[in-house]
Amino acid sequence: MEFSSILFYVFSFFFIVSSIMMITSRNTAKAALFLILTFFSAASLWLLLEAEFLAITLILIYVGAVMVLFMFVIKMLDTDKSTLRAQFTRYLPLGIFVSIIVIAQMVLVLNAGQFDLAMTGVPEKHDASYSNITAIAEQLYTLYVYPFELAAILLLIAIIAAITLVHRNESRSKKQNISEQINVQAKDRMRMASIKPKSAKESK
Amino acid sequence: MWQSLVDSIHNLIPWFDGGLADVVIILIKGLALIFPLIIAMAYMTYAERKVIGFMQLRIGPNRVGPLGLLQPFADVFKMMFKEIIFPTKSNIYLFLLAPILAFVPAVAVWAVVPFGEGFYIANLDVSLLYVMAIGSVGVYGIVLAGWASNSKYPLLGALRSTALLISYELVIGFVIVTVVMIASSVNLNTVVEKQAGGILNWYWIPLFPMMIVFWIGALVETNRAPFDVVEGESEIVGGTHVEYSGMPFALFFMAEYFNMIFMAMLAVLLFFGGWHSPFEGIPLLEDWFEFVPDLFWLLFKMSFFLFLYFWIRASFPRFRYDQIMRLCWKIFLPLTIVWIFVVALMTQLHIGPWF
Repeated sequence: MEFSSILFYVFSFFFIVSSIMMITSRNTAKAALFLILTFFSAASLWLLLEAEFLAITLILIYVGAVMVLFMFVIKMLDTDKSTLRAQFTRYLPLGIFVSIIVIAQMVLVLNAGQFDLAMTGVPEKHDASYSNITAIAEQLYTLYVYPFELAAILLLIAIIAAITLVHRNESRSKKQNISEQINVQAKDRMRMASIKPKSAKESK
Repeated sequence: MWQSLVDSIHNLIPWFDGGLADVVIILIKGLALIFPLIIAMAYMTYAERKVIGFMQLRIGPNRVGPLGLLQPFADVFKMMFKEIIFPTKSNIYLFLLAPILAFVPAVAVWAVVPFGEGFYIANLDVSLLYVMAIGSVGVYGIVLAGWASNSKYPLLGALRSTALLISYELVIGFVIVTVVMIASSVNLNTVVEKQAGGILNWYWIPLFPMMIVFWIGALVETNRAPFDVVEGESEIVGGTHVEYSGMPFALFFMAEYFNMIFMAMLAVLLFFGGWHSPFEGIPLLEDWFEFVPDLFWLLFKMSFFLFLYFWIRASFPRFRYDQIMRLCWKIFLPLTIVWIFVVALMTQLHIGPWF
C-alpha cells in the first residue's frame, strides 16, 4: 500500500465522522466546529489530488471567512434547547422527503457512468514544478473571462443590495464627523467675552 | 550531513516506500524550527519588558539571574505550576480547545517561511495563500475562548476583536495582492528571490504606502498596542483571557508572540528582501560584508521589526474601537484598492523600478 493511500483513508475517516457529528450534534457551536473539521479534511483530500490552490482557497474562504461569521451568529443566538426540540418532529416528514430526493439524484448521477476512470482516464501525475495556480488562472482569464466577470458583478450587486437594506431608513444612531472634530479650531468652540467688572458701589 | 541523515532514516524505516520515513524527517524539521522559536519567544518577553522599562525610565526585570536574563524561565515555571480554573457552567471541551486552536495555526504558518536560499521546511507553490489561510484560522481561538468562558467580558472582547481581525485580514490580503502582482508569484521563495540585488531593489520603495498599511494591519492582527482591544484591560478587564489561568493562558500568550514574530518575518520577506544582504551590487560594501551569512540578515531585519512593536507600544495610547474600524474601512481599504489599480497599470505598461 502506498503511503498516500493511508493518508487518504485517514482524511476520509475524519471527513465522514466529522460530517456525521456535524448533523447529530445538539450543540450549535460544536456542530459548526465539526463543519470546520469537515472542510479541513476535504482540503486535505484535495491536496492529495494535487489541487493545492483549491484546497487552500477552501480553507481561506470557508474556514477563514464564512464559518467565522457563522460562529458570530451562533454567539448571538439564544441557545434554548427546548424550543429547538419542539420544532424538530414537525419538519421531519418534509426533511425525509427532501433527503430521499437528494439521495435519488446523487445515485442517478453517480451511476450514469460519466465519472468512471474508463470515461475520463487516470489523471496524469505532475512533478513538483507544476504550478496549479497558473493553469487555473490561464483558463479563468482567457477562456472563461466573461462568466468570471459576470460572477464578480453579481457579487458586487449583492453587496450594494445588502448595504442599501441597512441604510434604507434614516439612521437614528448618532454619528461623529471625525474630520470635523480634528479640524476644529479654538475660535469655533470658545468665545472671548470682555465683561466689565462691576464696582462695589453699583452692586448695592 | 543533512542528506546522510535523511538517507539513514530512510534505511531505518523502509516501510510504505519511504513515506513513513518522510513523516519522521518532517517531524525532525518541525522540532528544529519550534525549539529556537520558543527560545526566541521567551526572550522576546524579556526584551519587551527591558525596552519598555528603559523608555519609561525604569530598569525592567533584573532579579532572576544576571541582568534578569533567567526571568523568562521563571515565568514559564510559574505558569506551569499554576492551577487551571474552569468557570462553572462553561463548556470544558471548547474551553480547552480554544487555546489549542489559537496556538496551532501560529506554529503551522512557519512551515513555509524561507530562511535562506533553499532553506525551508516546505516550498509550497501557494505559500502566500497558505499563510493567509492558516492565519485566518487563528481567529477561532479568540471566538471560542469568548464563547466557551460563559462570561461577560470574554464575550465582549471576542466579539469586537473577531470583527476587527476579519476586517484587517481584508486589508492585509489586498496589500499581499500588490506584492503578488509585482513579483508575479504567490510563492514566498520566489517573492524573495525577485528582490535580489541590494536595498534599492526591495519592494519597500515601490510599495512604500502598502508597507505602512501592512505594518499597521500586522499590529491589529497580532493584537498589539495601540490596537489591543482584545484585552483592553482598562475597558473590559482582560478580554478573552479573563477566565484563563496557567498553561491554557500561556498557550494564548505564546500564540500571540509567535504571531508577532511571524508578522515581522512576513514584513521582511515581502518588503525588505528576505535573506538578501542590503549591500548587494554596491561595489566596496558588497565585498566587506561577504562573510555575513544569509540567516543573519534575515534575523537582523526581523529584529528591527520586533523592536518596532515595543517602540510603538511604549509610544502610543490605545485607539478607540470605532476609530480602528474607521481606519480600516474608510481609509486603508480605499487606499489599497486604488494602489492595486496603480500597480496593475504600472506592471502592464512596464513602468517602475521592477521588471
